[in-house]
Amino acid sequence: MRIGLFVTCLGDVLFPRVPKATTALLERLGHEVVFPADQTCCGQMHVNTGYQRDALPLIRHHVEVFERALADGCSALVAPSGSCVGSVRHQHAEVARRLGDDELAQRAGAVANRTFELSEFLVDVLGVTDVGAAFPHRVTYHPTCHSLRMLGVADRPLQLLRAVRGIDLVELPDAEVCCGFGGTFALKNAQTSTAMLADKIAWVRHTQAEIVTAGDSSCLMHIGGGLARLQVGVRTVHVAEILASTEDAPWGSGEVPR
Amino acid sequence: MTTFLGMPGPPADATSELRGSVPFPVAAEAGLTNSRLRRNLSKATGTIRAKRAAVVAEVADWEELREAGRAIKEAALARLPELLVELEEQVEARGGVVHWARDASEANAIVVDLVRAKGVDEVVKVKSMATQEINLNDALEAAGIRAIETDLAELIVQLADDRPSHILVPAIHRGRAEIRQIFLEAMPGLDPGTLTDDPRQLAEAARAYLREAFLRARVAVSGANFGVVETGTLTVVESEGNGRMCLTLPETLITVMGIEKVIPTWRDLEVFLQLLPRSSTGERMNPYTSTWSGVQPGDGPAEFHLILLDNGRTRVLADPAGRSALHCIRCSACLNVCPVYERAGGHAYGSVYPGPIGAILTPQLTGLTGDSVNDSLPYASSLCGACEEVCPVKIPIPEQLVRLRAEHVEAYASAHRIPSGEAAAMRTASWIMGDATRFARAGRSARLGRKGIRSGRAIVPLPPPLSGWSSSRDLPALPEETFREWWARTRGGERR
Repeated sequence: MRIGLFVTCLGDVLFPRVPKATTALLERLGHEVVFPADQTCCGQMHVNTGYQRDALPLIRHHVEVFERALADGCSALVAPSGSCVGSVRHQHAEVARRLGDDELAQRAGAVANRTFELSEFLVDVLGVTDVGAAFPHRVTYHPTCHSLRMLGVADRPLQLLRAVRGIDLVELPDAEVCCGFGGTFALKNAQTSTAMLADKIAWVRHTQAEIVTAGDSSCLMHIGGGLARLQVGVRTVHVAEILASTEDAPWGSGEVPR
Repeated sequence: MTTFLGMPGPPADATSELRGSVPFPVAAEAGLTNSRLRRNLSKATGTIRAKRAAVVAEVADWEELREAGRAIKEAALARLPELLVELEEQVEARGGVVHWARDASEANAIVVDLVRAKGVDEVVKVKSMATQEINLNDALEAAGIRAIETDLAELIVQLADDRPSHILVPAIHRGRAEIRQIFLEAMPGLDPGTLTDDPRQLAEAARAYLREAFLRARVAVSGANFGVVETGTLTVVESEGNGRMCLTLPETLITVMGIEKVIPTWRDLEVFLQLLPRSSTGERMNPYTSTWSGVQPGDGPAEFHLILLDNGRTRVLADPAGRSALHCIRCSACLNVCPVYERAGGHAYGSVYPGPIGAILTPQLTGLTGDSVNDSLPYASSLCGACEEVCPVKIPIPEQLVRLRAEHVEAYASAHRIPSGEAAAMRTASWIMGDATRFARAGRSARLGRKGIRSGRAIVPLPPPLSGWSSSRDLPALPEETFREWWARTRGGERR
C-alpha cells in the first residue's frame, strides 16, 4: 500500500525521530511510504486558541497537499499523533463551515476520511497487532486525551505494545487523566497545567518504569519536559519508536533512526 | 398573561453571581496553593467519580438514556416559547401564580415584593442554583429579609459568609474541623466542650438549628430541577429532606426556575430521574423527590408562585451552536471528572457555575466582550474531553469551548484597533506555516536556537507566555536536522 506520511509540524521540526520511526515501521511491514513535502501544520494550535481565521489558510493548505497525495496514489494518510488526526477529523470541516467555506469543508471531510492515527491504521486498516518489534525495557503507557476521546483508539496502542518482544509493560495508575498539556493551555494556565503534570509524573514514577510512552509527541514534550526538569530519570519515547525497534535494529543503536 | 419570547433577551445583568473579579489563571492560584482544598477536592471528586462509574456501569442502556436525555432537552428547547406558555396555563389552572423575570434584578424584586406582602422578615430556602445565580440572598438581606439556607452544605457556606465552590457539594472546600468552628460561632447554644468534629454530631447540630427554622417559617423559596408542562408540576430532587420540609410546611412557596428547565411530560421526567442521581451523587436513586402542581387546599402551601427566569438564557438559545449548554441538568458530573476543576477549585471560575459546564455556560449567559474576566473561562480547560464523556445529556463541552475561544478572539479584534501580541504571533505563525518554503526555512532556523538552550533551559529567560512553559518544564533538545531535511538528504531522489 502506498501511504502518505503526515508528519505533523512538531514531528518535522522538534521530534523528527518520530516520523522517521513511523517510516521505518511502515516500510518494514512492506508498504511504500511517501512524504508529501509541501505539508506544514494542520492548524490545530490556531483553532484551539481561538484563531480560526488564521487557521483557515492552514486547513486549506493541508487539504490541498493531502488531496494531491491521494490523487498520487496514496491509499491512506497516516500520522503518529492522535491530536493532529483529531483536528483533521473533527475540526477542519467544522471550522471551514463556520467561516462560510462549504466547499473546503467538503474537501476536508474527504481528506479526513482517509487520515489515520498510527495505531488505528495498524490495527484497523492493516489488521496487525504484532509488528515484529522488540523493546527490552520497562515501559508505561499514557493514553493521550485526543487519541482516547476524540478518536476512540481505545486499547489499540496497548494491543500493539503487548505484542512487542521483551517489553515489560506496566499499567499507569489514573492513566486516562490528562497530563495537563492542552496546547496553549500549558502557557495560558501554566500553574494549573503544572499541577496536572505533577500528578502524572508521580504516577509514572510509581510504576518504576524506565520509559513513558504515548501516541502524541506534544504530550510527551510536556511530560518529558517535567521529568527532565525534576531529574526523575524516566525518558519519553513515542509508541512509533517502540514499534520501530527490532532485535536487529534496536532503539538507541543508531540503526533505528532517532 | 403571555410573554413574547421570539426575541433573545439581554445578557445576564450585573446583579448576577456570574462574574469574578480576576481572570481564571490568576483566580486559580488561590486554589492551587490551598493544600486543604487540594486534598478535599482530590478525595471528594475521586470518591464520587468511582461511585458514579459503578452505578452507571449497572445500567445496560445508559448510552440510550443519555441519548434520550439529550433528545428530550433539544426538542423541548426547540419549542420553548410554546411550552412555557402552556406551563404557565397549567400552573395557574391549579391555583399557582406565574411571574416572568427578564434578569436577576427583576426576579429578585418579584421575590422581595412577594415576601414583603406576607409581612415576614425570614424565609427558608431549598438549595437552588437559580437563586444563587441571581444573588437572591443579598437582595433579600438588603430588603431586611433573612434567608436561611437549609441544605447542610449550603448552610455551612452561608454561615461562614463564604461562596459555594461546587454545584452539588457547595462546601466541598471545607474540612470538618472548620465546619465545627463555623457552627460554634454561628449557632446559638452549642457547647464547645462537647461538640466534636464527628460528622454525625455536626449533622445533629444543623438538624436542631434547622428544625426551629422550618417550624417558624411562613415563606419558603426554592428552585426546581424540572418543570413538567403537561400538569404544571414542579420537581425538586434532593438527598437530605430539608427540601421536602420547605416545600410542605410554610404557607407560601416561591419557586425560581430557569426557563430551560421545562420538559413536556412525565414520561420525559422518568428519563431524567434515572440520569440525574447516578450522574450527580452516584446513587441509583436520590432519597427525596418532591413534586407539586399548583396548590391543594389542606395540603402544603396555600399560595404558590413560580418565577420563570431568563437572565441570558434566551440569548444562549438564540445561538444554534451554543444552545446545547441549556441542556444542563446541574448534576456536576463534569466537575467531578475535570482535572482543571479538581486542582484550581470552584472559586477560580468566579461564577456560581464552575467547572467545564461553567466554562461554557457562564460566558454565554453574560456575553463575551474580548476583555471581560469571563473571556478567560473558555481557556480554563486542557480540552481533555472527560466532561463530555460523562455528561448525562451529551453536551459537547470541548467543542463549545473551542468555539467560544474563537468568539473571544473575534470580540477582542472588533473591540480593539491594535491586535494583541498573541494575535500578532498567531498571524505570523499562520503566514509562516501557510507555505512549505517559509515553513522549511523556519524549521532550519529553529536549529540556530540549539545554542540558546543549555540543560533544557533557555540561556536568555523567555518572555511571557513562553515563560509559562519554562517555569516547570525543560525545553526539548532541538534535533540536528528536521524531518524534511532528513528525507531530502536520504531519499532526495525519490518521488515526493
